[in-house]
Amino acid sequence: MATHAAYMHGTKLSVGSVLWSWITTVDHKRIGQLYGVSAFFFFLVGGIEAVIMRLQLAQPDSTLVGAQRFNELFTMHGTTMVFLAIMPMSAAFFNYMIPLLIGARDVAFPRLNALSYWVFFSGALLLHLSFLAGTVPDAGWFGYANLTSAQFSPTHSIDFWMLGLQVLGISSLMAGFNFIVTIINMRAPGMTLMRMPLFVWMSFVVQFLVILAFPAITVALILLMFDRFFGTLFYAPAGGADPLLWQHLFWIFGHPEVYILILPAMGIVSEVLPTFSRKPLFGAPVVIYSGIMIGFLGFGVWSHHMFSVGMGPIADSAFSISTMLIAVPTGVKILNWIGTLWGGRIQFSSPLYFSLGFIAMFTLGGLSGVMHSSPPVDLQQTDSYFVVAHFHYVLFGGSIFGLFSGVYYWWPKIFGKLLDERLGKVHFWLMLIGFNVTFFPMHFLGLIGMPRRIYTYAPDLGWNFWNMVSTMGVFVIVLSFLVFIWNVIATTRSGAPAPADPWDGRTLEWTIPSPPPVYNFATEPVVHARDDFWVQKHGDGHGAPPRKGAPAAHVDTASIHMPPPSYWPILLAGALFVMFSGALVSIYQVVGGGLLTLYCMIRFMLEYHHQTDVGPPAGGPH
Amino acid sequence: MRKSLLSRIPAALLLLAVALLLSSCGWSMWDSPMTTVRPKSGFGRVTHEIFMLISWWTLGIGIAVEAGLLWVCFRYRERPGAPIPKQVHGHTVLEVSWTIVFALILLIFAIPTISAIFKTQEAPAATALRVDVGGRQWWWEFKYPDLKVVTANELHLPAGQTVALNLHAPDVIHSFWAPRLGGKRDVVPGRVNRITLAPDEPGEYPGQCAEYCGMSHANMRFRVIVHTKADFEKWVAAQQRPPVQPTDPLAQKGQDLFSQSACVGCHTIAGISGGVLGPNLTHFGSRKTMGANLMVNTPENLARWIENPGHMKPGVLMPDLGMRGEQSKALAAYLLSLK
Ligand code: HEM
Ligand SMILES: [Cu+2]
Repeated sequence: MATHAAYMHGTKLSVGSVLWSWITTVDHKRIGQLYGVSAFFFFLVGGIEAVIMRLQLAQPDSTLVGAQRFNELFTMHGTTMVFLAIMPMSAAFFNYMIPLLIGARDVAFPRLNALSYWVFFSGALLLHLSFLAGTVPDAGWFGYANLTSAQFSPTHSIDFWMLGLQVLGISSLMAGFNFIVTIINMRAPGMTLMRMPLFVWMSFVVQFLVILAFPAITVALILLMFDRFFGTLFYAPAGGADPLLWQHLFWIFGHPEVYILILPAMGIVSEVLPTFSRKPLFGAPVVIYSGIMIGFLGFGVWSHHMFSVGMGPIADSAFSISTMLIAVPTGVKILNWIGTLWGGRIQFSSPLYFSLGFIAMFTLGGLSGVMHSSPPVDLQQTDSYFVVAHFHYVLFGGSIFGLFSGVYYWWPKIFGKLLDERLGKVHFWLMLIGFNVTFFPMHFLGLIGMPRRIYTYAPDLGWNFWNMVSTMGVFVIVLSFLVFIWNVIATTRSGAPAPADPWDGRTLEWTIPSPPPVYNFATEPVVHARDDFWVQKHGDGHGAPPRKGAPAAHVDTASIHMPPPSYWPILLAGALFVMFSGALVSIYQVVGGGLLTLYCMIRFMLEYHHQTDVGPPAGGPH
Repeated sequence: MRKSLLSRIPAALLLLAVALLLSSCGWSMWDSPMTTVRPKSGFGRVTHEIFMLISWWTLGIGIAVEAGLLWVCFRYRERPGAPIPKQVHGHTVLEVSWTIVFALILLIFAIPTISAIFKTQEAPAATALRVDVGGRQWWWEFKYPDLKVVTANELHLPAGQTVALNLHAPDVIHSFWAPRLGGKRDVVPGRVNRITLAPDEPGEYPGQCAEYCGMSHANMRFRVIVHTKADFEKWVAAQQRPPVQPTDPLAQKGQDLFSQSACVGCHTIAGISGGVLGPNLTHFGSRKTMGANLMVNTPENLARWIENPGHMKPGVLMPDLGMRGEQSKALAAYLLSLK
């Protein structure tokens, strides 16, 4: 507990106890940082994999890495980017920002929050142990049955993938429930749902997508596990089963997953644009409803990933229409963002640049999405480089630009230092140019017949030039990340300290110091409007004068009770790891790990059982 | 300073994009042998028409939105001393109307889409030429049940006739895709899928497996050879004849080797063997390419293949049978004599 007290009061600590304090932390802000650092690390790993792939594809008949290695690269690249880079980067923002944005001291279940992180860590570890074991997953991030059956993938490679994803799924589910309860229960007084910041709203929708979509992939993976370990025939045509069962289950998860990846970025953009155009979000209720609509429709379009499998004309038509429908709320959102800028006083700072990049690139990705919502057209485009271009415009041009916007926007709040604006803009322009040079030609490649997931191609097909261009673009992207990393290092060493409200912000997180104290808010904020902080500073813009907040009562911050640290989350996650990895080793390890997990679970649950003084309910100022 | 930077970079980007596009047209990029935008069959054309319709519309919308975004950014950029802007919260009429406009535009895509879905998936006429297409790890089998012809990796079709391809896969999921002839269709184990198409013009159209199917997915290529009706008939007649006995001594030696070794376990050559795991080799000498369209069918390539198939196609299911030097040369000579 000594380290906890020291953390609370900012005393200096030895390296060992600093490490220990991070391992046992249950503070949502530190967990957010853990997520952020891990996500950035895996983003670099996935990026290196991408660079090697592009080098291999720069020329026809290239022999740089060979077939097997290339297949492993795109499988791990896709899996890493989706599950270990974008999702946890969003989770970093959920963790750090949601309590601050809704005026709470923590999330609803701080230890569960720590557990989610450590379980995520276990899953990522399990997945990457495959590199050490020398059997790297090689069936693509969507792992189609029956290629993944024991018959066609006899090594452990698919096992690593299948077990790793199950562990990651557990982590996402726990986080999902935690944030739903947090958002429903812990908003500051006066913060009605319609006054809730847009980022919180989009996160809220995402959590419902998580808890509804992840069970589908869990079921799919469990069936696959039975097929692989116990010889059942859920996906085996030999047993009369249809391998398309996997595709249905996977895409019932996989399509909402795409919105899980993009909605947080949409939320960030919806915070950044109003701040830097100094206007409220245009049509905020419409943006909220369209977010809900996108989430809802997201469950009804899974089969548009399957137009080529021969579902028959009726199913094709139905899924085509439902897919086109999604374009409506998406298009509406884009116009609302432009409407926010319209008539504003736009301040071109780096968070805004990335948000503008998001709108510009996501629009292109959305439009190419509309193109393959038409099954006859999609039959030419699916599984070609056109689709690779499309989803990178959505995931990189959308999610990554949006998330970087959030990084630049909230960096001063989180780290108490301003990032360098000039380097930020250099980063932006390099990334924008590199991104387009890399991915725009892929539209052409797809249209002239280049299939995806090929490690080599013949020289006489007319694909050489654009492949070379695309590979050169990647180096511009790499350069842009180096600029970002340089920015972080340089400004951490000697950047300007950030004031509490560097951007003239509109939401609650800007009312507290940068970085925020452990307890976030010394006194509970009371909310009277959407963009309450702005109204306090500038009035509501319709005649009402600025409303001065009530004079701060003196609060003895030392008496604020925050939940103490706990090592049970990491132990429980470790036990889970032992159990799941046991499936690759021996049944004894599975059973032993299972018992250990059970023991840790009980200790985790009963941690405060004996204590009479557990303080106020964790996290909440209620 | 800020203004000049801001106004120059997007313009430069735009110029670059236009230059790239123009030059790409100059190099007649769209004529690539696997292009989807110069269709050579009815199926391909139906698809392409809708593609063009949606492309023009989305291009227009895309340019409008991007231009609008740029314009807003220039028009409303911060000017020193400007007051705090009006706090506009929304505009219901505007939002309802652009929602409706989007929905209407989508209707323009939906109607031809649905009509094309049904048109391209109609049951083929009884007079259609039937071909059973088998997608295997990592090669293609083409059987003509009515003509009693079997080939591998080269699909011969007559121009101007409707063809019904019945697709099936004995191992994992593949996808049949000859881009110039039309969209792809997955080949799913346990199912029979179908593509109906009528190629317009004689010519050679490369195709490729489009669904990732394991290690050598990239090497699962094929070629559709469209003949005039008369040429097609000649081709069929030649394929129906039993293979001629080789006269060349080297080839004769190869025949002996073939029939005495493990080759016969996997490959069929009419009158010699009946294996079904590998491609039928009865008229192998008449094929232009080998290894699923991986390389030209020359004695050298063939001998190299026999010596070490895994070297040319990673993961290939044909084993190295230890044939070396003279042996592989003899086998190659024999196989190429099978016209
Ligand atoms: C440096 C940036 C990136 C480059 C150069 C890059 C490049 C590639 C390439 C070449 C492929 C393989 C295409 C194929 O053969 O089918 C690929 C696949 C993929 N990429 Fe990226 N990518 C980048 C960033 C991202 C990001 C940020 C995401 C975010 C989610 C992402 C998600 C995926 C996915 C899901 C796949 C499919 C993997 C599969 O086929 O199983 N990529 N990428
Ligand atoms: Cu295949």
